Amino acid sequence: MLNVGSHCAIGGLNIDFLINIVLLGFLVCTALAIVFTKNLLASAMLTGIYSLLTAGFFVVMDAVDVAFTEASVGAGIATILMLSTLKLTGFDEDPARHNVKAGLLAVCGVGVLLLYGIVDMPVFGSPTAPVHMHVAPHYIYQSMAEIGMPNIVTSVLASYRGYDTFGETVVVFTAGIGVLALLGASNHVPQSRVAPMSQHIILRVVSKVLIPPIFLFALYVQFHGDYGPGGGFQAGVIFAAAIILYSMIFGLDTARSVISQPLIRLLSAFGVMLYGCVGIVSLLNGHNFLDYSALAHDPLHGQHYGILLVELGVGITVASVMILIFFNFASRVDMVQEEQ
Amino acid sequence: MLNHLPILQVILPLLAAPTCLLLKEARLAWAFTTACCMATLAISVMLLLQVIDSGVIVYSLGGWQAPIGIEYRIDSLNAFVMVLVSGLSSAVILAARESVAKEVGADKQVLFYIAYLLCFAGLLGICATGDAFNVFVFLEISSLSAYTLIALGSDRRALWAAYQYLIMGTIGATFILIGIGMIYMMTGTLNMHDLAERLPEAAHTKTVFTAFTFIIIGTCLKLALFPLHLWLPNAYAYSPSIVSAFMAATATKVAVYVLIRFVFSVFGVDFSIDHMPLQQILLVLSLIGIVWVSIVAIYQTNLKKLLAYSSVAQIGYIILGFSVGTVLGLQASLIHLFNHALMKGALFLAIAGVVYRIGGCEFSQLSGIGKKMPWTMAAVVVGGLSLIGVPLTTGFVSKWYLVSALIEAGWWPAVAVVMLGSLLAVIYVWKVVEVAYFGSPEDGYEGAYEVKEAPLSILIPTWMLAASNIYFGIDTRFTSTIGHLASQTLFGAGS
Amino acid sequence: MAYLAQYNYWVVVVLMMIGLYVVVSHGNLVKKLMGLSIFQTSVFILYISMGKVDGGTAPILEEGISVYSNPLPHVLILTAIVVGVATMALGLALVVRIKEAYGSIEEGDIQEKDKQSC
Repeated sequence: MLNVGSHCAIGGLNIDFLINIVLLGFLVCTALAIVFTKNLLASAMLTGIYSLLTAGFFVVMDAVDVAFTEASVGAGIATILMLSTLKLTGFDEDPARHNVKAGLLAVCGVGVLLLYGIVDMPVFGSPTAPVHMHVAPHYIYQSMAEIGMPNIVTSVLASYRGYDTFGETVVVFTAGIGVLALLGASNHVPQSRVAPMSQHIILRVVSKVLIPPIFLFALYVQFHGDYGPGGGFQAGVIFAAAIILYSMIFGLDTARSVISQPLIRLLSAFGVMLYGCVGIVSLLNGHNFLDYSALAHDPLHGQHYGILLVELGVGITVASVMILIFFNFASRVDMVQEEQ
Repeated sequence: MLNHLPILQVILPLLAAPTCLLLKEARLAWAFTTACCMATLAISVMLLLQVIDSGVIVYSLGGWQAPIGIEYRIDSLNAFVMVLVSGLSSAVILAARESVAKEVGADKQVLFYIAYLLCFAGLLGICATGDAFNVFVFLEISSLSAYTLIALGSDRRALWAAYQYLIMGTIGATFILIGIGMIYMMTGTLNMHDLAERLPEAAHTKTVFTAFTFIIIGTCLKLALFPLHLWLPNAYAYSPSIVSAFMAATATKVAVYVLIRFVFSVFGVDFSIDHMPLQQILLVLSLIGIVWVSIVAIYQTNLKKLLAYSSVAQIGYIILGFSVGTVLGLQASLIHLFNHALMKGALFLAIAGVVYRIGGCEFSQLSGIGKKMPWTMAAVVVGGLSLIGVPLTTGFVSKWYLVSALIEAGWWPAVAVVMLGSLLAVIYVWKVVEVAYFGSPEDGYEGAYEVKEAPLSILIPTWMLAASNIYFGIDTRFTSTIGHLASQTLFGAGS
Repeated sequence: MAYLAQYNYWVVVVLMMIGLYVVVSHGNLVKKLMGLSIFQTSVFILYISMGKVDGGTAPILEEGISVYSNPLPHVLILTAIVVGVATMALGLALVVRIKEAYGSIEEGDIQEKDKQSC
C-alpha cells in the first residue's frame, strides 16, 4: 500500500487511518459498555470482544505478532478464566459505588497529566520520530545478517532481548505457582459433577474434528515463528486451548486421565529450565548468558538453534501453565458443586 | 566464571525455583532454598568487592552490546543493595522452616519456598539491570510471587490484603510502564545509561515531564510512601510471619532503589532536582508521613500492624534524606535503607517466634510474654531501641547522618520533625515493652503459662540480626563508606 | 486535522481514565479486574501506536519492501500482554478464595465483615 503522504495534509486520510479511527471508536464504546453493564456475564463477554477489537487494531498498526497474542491470550484464555470465576462467584454486580469523588479526582488527575504529555509527542506515524531513529534501524537492517530470520519480532524477542523473554516465561511460571498455591486441590480430587457437554452430538462431533487441526496449527505456529507471525507464546496458548476445549466437551475427568497433573507441573518447570539451560550452555562455552552464537561453530546456526530451543521452552511452559490454571479453576467449580 | 558473577547472581535463584518444584518434601525444599540464598549472598559479596576494586561492571546479555541488547550494569549502589537483599533474605530463610511448617498448610509449603525464591530473584533482577523495560519484567516477577506469599497467610484477611496489594501494585507497575514508554518515545532507547545521555535533549518537553511524574508516582506506590501506603499495613500484618520479615526487609528497599536509580541515573540530578519540584513534594510528604503514620502506629493493638505502620514512617526518613538533594542526604538515605532492613528484619523474625508459640500477636495475647520468652522479647527491645535511635544502635547512626544532612542544608524545621518522630517511636515501642514486661500472664490467654522460649532455629537468626543492629551501630565503617561511595558516584554521574 | 493526527493518543487517555475509574469506584472484585485490564490495554495501545510508521508494513523482512514499522514496541507489548494475563489469572484465583472465605466479592461487604471480626 502506497503512502498517501503525511496525514496532516488535507488528503491525508488514507484507508488504514480510517479503519484505525473506527476500530478505536468501537473500542471506547465497548469499554463504556463494560462499565455500565450490570450483569457480569455480559461484561465478561464484552471483555472478550474488547480484546478482539484490540487485536484488530494491532493488525492495522502492523503489529501482527502482538495481535496474535492478544487474540489468543486476551480474548481466549482471559475470558475463559473470567467465566469460570463468575461461575463460582455469581453474575450480579452490586450497584453501590465507593470513593466516587476520590476516584473521579484521581482519574481526572491522570487524564490531565497524560493530555499534557501528549502535546509534545512526535506526530503519529512520522517516520522521523526518535523511536524510529536510534535502536530500531539496527534491528530492521542488521537482523538478517546477525540472526538470519525474516521475522524481526522473533529475532528481537528471542535473541536481542531474549533475557526479557526469559523473565516473561518466569512470570508465567510464577502465575502458575500462584494459582496452584491458592486453588491447588487438597488431597482429594472430587469426581467431576459438571455435566460434560458430550451429550450434545453436534458439539462432540465438531470438536472431535477440530481438535487435531488445532494441535497441528499450534505446532505450525510454534515452529514457523521465524518466518511468519507466531512463536512460543501463541503456540502454547493454542495448544492449551485444544486441551481446554476437550475437557469442556468430554468432561474434566476424561481430560485429567489423559494429562496427569504432576506431569503438567513438571512440564511447566521444564520449559523454564530449558530456556535457562540454553543460557547456561552459552556460559559454559565461554560466552555470555543466552549468547546463542556459542551453540554452534557458525554463529548464525547457533542463533537458529538457540531461538528454536528457547521458543520451545516458552511454548512448553505457557501451554502447561495455562492448562494447569484452567484445571485448577475448573476443579474448584466441581468442589463447590459437590458441597451443594 | 568470575566475570559472569552479575548474571549468576540473578539466575541462580531464578533457576532454583523451577528445580524446587521437583522436591516433594518441605524440609528438602527449605534446605535447598537456604543453600541457594547463601550461595547468592556469597556471590553478591564477591560482586561488591569487585565493584569497589575495579569500578562499574557491565555485562551484556546474549552477547549483544547495549543499547541493542539488554545489559547488567553493576555499580557501588546496586551492588550494595544486592548485598542487603541477599543478606536479609538468607537470614530470614534460615528461620523459616519451623515457622512456615506451623503457619502454612502442609501441601503449600513447597510452593511457598518456590514463590520465595522467585520473589528473591525478581528483586535481585530489578537491582542488577541496566535496562528500563527489564526493570518492569522483574518487578512483575517479584510482585506476582509477593501476592502469592501474602495470600498464604492463615487469616482470611490475608486474601483481601493480597488482592488490594495486587490492584495497587499493578497500577504502580503500569504507571512505571507508561513512564518508560514515554521516555522511550522521546529518545528511542531503553538502556538506562543511553537514556541518561539522550534525555537532556528532550528534557524541556512536556512528554518527558509526564513520564517523570508517572515513574515517580508508580515507584512511590511500590515503596508505600505516605499517602500511597494504604496497601502495606494489612499486607504485612496478615501474611505469614516469615513473609512479613522478608517483605519489610527487602521489597520496599528495592522500590526505593528503583526511585533513586531513575531520579539520579536516568533523569539525572540536573533535571530531577533542579528543574522539578520533586524535592519539595517529597519533603512535605515524608514529613507528614513520619508524624501522621507514627501516631497511627501508636493506636494499633496488633504488634505486626504496629510495626507495619512504623515501617511506613521509617520509609519517610529514607525519602526525607533523599529529598535533601545533597551527597550527605543521599548517604543518610542509603545508610538508613540498610539499617532499617536490619531493624525490621530482627523485629519481624522475633515476632515470628512469638506467633510460633502463641499463635498470634494481638496485645491481649502478649501480656507478660517478656518473662516467658526472655530472649525473643530482648531481641524485640533491641530492635525497638534501634527504631527510636538510641546510641550504640544502627538507628542512631541513621538519625545522626540524617540530621547532619538536614542541618547542612539548613532545614531546621525538618530536624524538629525528625526529633518528634523519634519521640513518637518511643511511645509505640514503650507500649510493646509495657505489655510484654509489666503485664502479668494472668491477663493473657489461658495457655500463657505453658509458653516457652521460641525454638532455636528461629531464635538464632533473630539474634544474628539483633546483634548486627548493635554491631553496625558501633562499627559504621561499612555502611558509611559504601553509602558515601554510592552517593558520590550518583551525584558525579549527573553533573 | 492536526488534532486528528494524534487521535490514537487521545483514545489512550480516554481508555486509561475509564479503566482507572472502574478500578477505584466499582465494588465488585471481578469488575475491578476488568477495569484493570482496560487500563493496561490502553498502555499497550500507546506503545503500539508509537511503533507505527506511515506506509510501513509488518516487520517481517520481504523482498521489495523497504519501510517497516518499528518491531521493538511489538516485542515489549507482547511481553506486557503475557504479564497482564498472568496478573489477571492470579487476581481471579484470589477472588475465588475471597468468595469462599467471606461469602461475597463486594468490597463493601468484605470491609463490613472485617470490621465485625475485629
